[in-house]
Amino acid sequence: MNVEFFVNLFFSGLTRGSIYALLALGYTMVYGIIQLINFAHGEIYMIGAFTTLIMVSILTILNLPIAAIIALAALVAIVWSAAYGYTMDKIAYKPVRQAPRLSALISAIGMSLFLQNYVRLSQTSDFLPFPRILPQLQFLSGVPGLSSSQFIIFVTTAVVMILLTLLIKFTRIGKSMRAAAQDRMMATLTGVNVNRTISVTFVIGSVTAAIGGILISSHIGQINFYIGFLAGIKAFVAAVLGGIGSIPGAVLGSFVLGLTESFGAGYISSDYEDVFAFVFLVLILIFRPSGILGKPAAQKV
Amino acid sequence: MRVRNMLIVALALILVGGMAFAAGQGEGGAIKIGVAGPHSGDLSPYGLPTINAAELVVEKVNAAGGVLGRQIQLVVEDDVCAPEVAANTAAKLVSDGVVAVIGHICSGATYTALPIYVESGIVAMSPSATNPGLREYENFFRTIGADDAQSPAQVDFVVDELGMTKIALLHDKGDYGKGLADFALAALQERGMEPVLYEGITVGAVDYSAIINRVAAEGAEVVLWGGYHPEASKLVDQMRSRGLNLVFMGADGIFGNAIIDLAGAAAEGVYASGPTLPSGALAEEYRQLHIAKYGAEPGDFFMQAVSGALALFNAIEAAGSTEYEAIIKALKSEKVSTPYGTIGFDEKGDATGVGFSIFQVQNGEYVSVQ
Repeated sequence: MNVEFFVNLFFSGLTRGSIYALLALGYTMVYGIIQLINFAHGEIYMIGAFTTLIMVSILTILNLPIAAIIALAALVAIVWSAAYGYTMDKIAYKPVRQAPRLSALISAIGMSLFLQNYVRLSQTSDFLPFPRILPQLQFLSGVPGLSSSQFIIFVTTAVVMILLTLLIKFTRIGKSMRAAAQDRMMATLTGVNVNRTISVTFVIGSVTAAIGGILISSHIGQINFYIGFLAGIKAFVAAVLGGIGSIPGAVLGSFVLGLTESFGAGYISSDYEDVFAFVFLVLILIFRPSGILGKPAAQKV
Repeated sequence: MRVRNMLIVALALILVGGMAFAAGQGEGGAIKIGVAGPHSGDLSPYGLPTINAAELVVEKVNAAGGVLGRQIQLVVEDDVCAPEVAANTAAKLVSDGVVAVIGHICSGATYTALPIYVESGIVAMSPSATNPGLREYENFFRTIGADDAQSPAQVDFVVDELGMTKIALLHDKGDYGKGLADFALAALQERGMEPVLYEGITVGAVDYSAIINRVAAEGAEVVLWGGYHPEASKLVDQMRSRGLNLVFMGADGIFGNAIIDLAGAAAEGVYASGPTLPSGALAEEYRQLHIAKYGAEPGDFFMQAVSGALALFNAIEAAGSTEYEAIIKALKSEKVSTPYGTIGFDEKGDATGVGFSIFQVQNGEYVSVQ
């Protein structure tokens, strides 16, 4: 129980937090615009991991250099997951856009079950070994408790966050996303193509989820059809913790959750790892019902 | 209505007649032995080899003049591993007049069948039911090690063979995994030792580095894992990539090629306990008999079933009768040579001489190290 142990736990908390953040972004962006909790989001993460595995297997047969394999496989997985996200919105959510919010929620749960079982039937229900595609970084060998894969996860997450912030702050599509989140009706009236904006939101969320899927699968070394469920639930908790609908909130909530779990497991007991996460959630929601950075929803009377 | 009444009467007659027929077969002639287990459905691979084993042993025994000068006749009944079906299976075997049953296969089904056999004075010899609680029944015998014999075997190996004392117990919080960890804890405490860490982990978490750091910080030399192969391969992999080269040992839940496929090079050196492999001339003889008659390698629990059948027939011969009490007494006192060597049974009906061995992954496959 010394400084090194503390630092190690801090790094593992950051790793978890980064992965939760990549997933939580998808939840929070979609919720921000259409007030839908997209339960099938964890499945996109799983599909990203599976696509990478399949592509790496195919490309390895073609004997390409390793860097090309990684780049191509990741690119295909991201595009493929984005296509799933887009299609999911069109099939399962767009038809119930005007219906009560419960209908869309049930549609999301159905989508999640469908995708899980689709992958189980079309691939396998067994665990599959996932190729170690993340490179070993030599300059990290002097840092105790920080592995190359952890470092790559932090850096990638940071880059994705910065790009996303730039996209939302400074581009036209970012502006229309913010507009649609503030007031969908008003945005439509001022000429924003809200349906297209929603589609783009799903695509961006799926891209970040797929990146998360690729990173964590090669960190942990194995995948099966069910990995999206627990990761999805944890990321959802992180999004709520930070204030669902708020993008900085999702990132903050993810790191808070990851670090809580890591320090809880390290200093108290990993038996209660999940308990710490949810106790923390309850405490925060008691004192800040809309999450750490969430804005209380104004009731129009 | 009349047709229906007639049908009911006819059915009743058939049932009564059937029972009279069954009762008539009970005395004299062949000695009846039941064989019960899953013979259909998705668990049938665990039950069917026992039928083959019983048939092969019976053929050999009958050809040599039978037991007590009488021939053995097998009565095979399916329980599909379901406790609710097993009650009917047991009742059927009782009404067929069997003196002993080879089975059942699954612990749950065995639990429902045993009280019925106790009531009717029938001995049960299971080749595969490993639940520790089954030994509470006086008529229960098994030729496989019980679950709670596995963890002590692991602790013995770690402490006595490897000479290591700093043991971390990790489990997956499930019935099987936590059960193993608890038995290991009890075995350690019996030696006056305490584990350096006793923790459950969350199955399916995205990262295990926190618990691995904890294991390292506690200075553990050995991780004893209670659980299955997916989490085990993640733990081993993350330990190795963190440069933590401590001994990792699991139970039969990680004994198999799955962990080697998943963890790859990281699985090298991993220990697992598993049922001791049969060896010797008798094992080879029955393997050859099986291949000659059925054209395939024997399946799961075949050798345990052969051993059970041999022990049972030996006990009936030694007892000099098919009386319930006499068979139980003979089973507990007689030694018999089986594919597992010479075995006997203790007061609780657990076979002595069969048990668990320790295996280690060497060059990509499990080899027996003890």
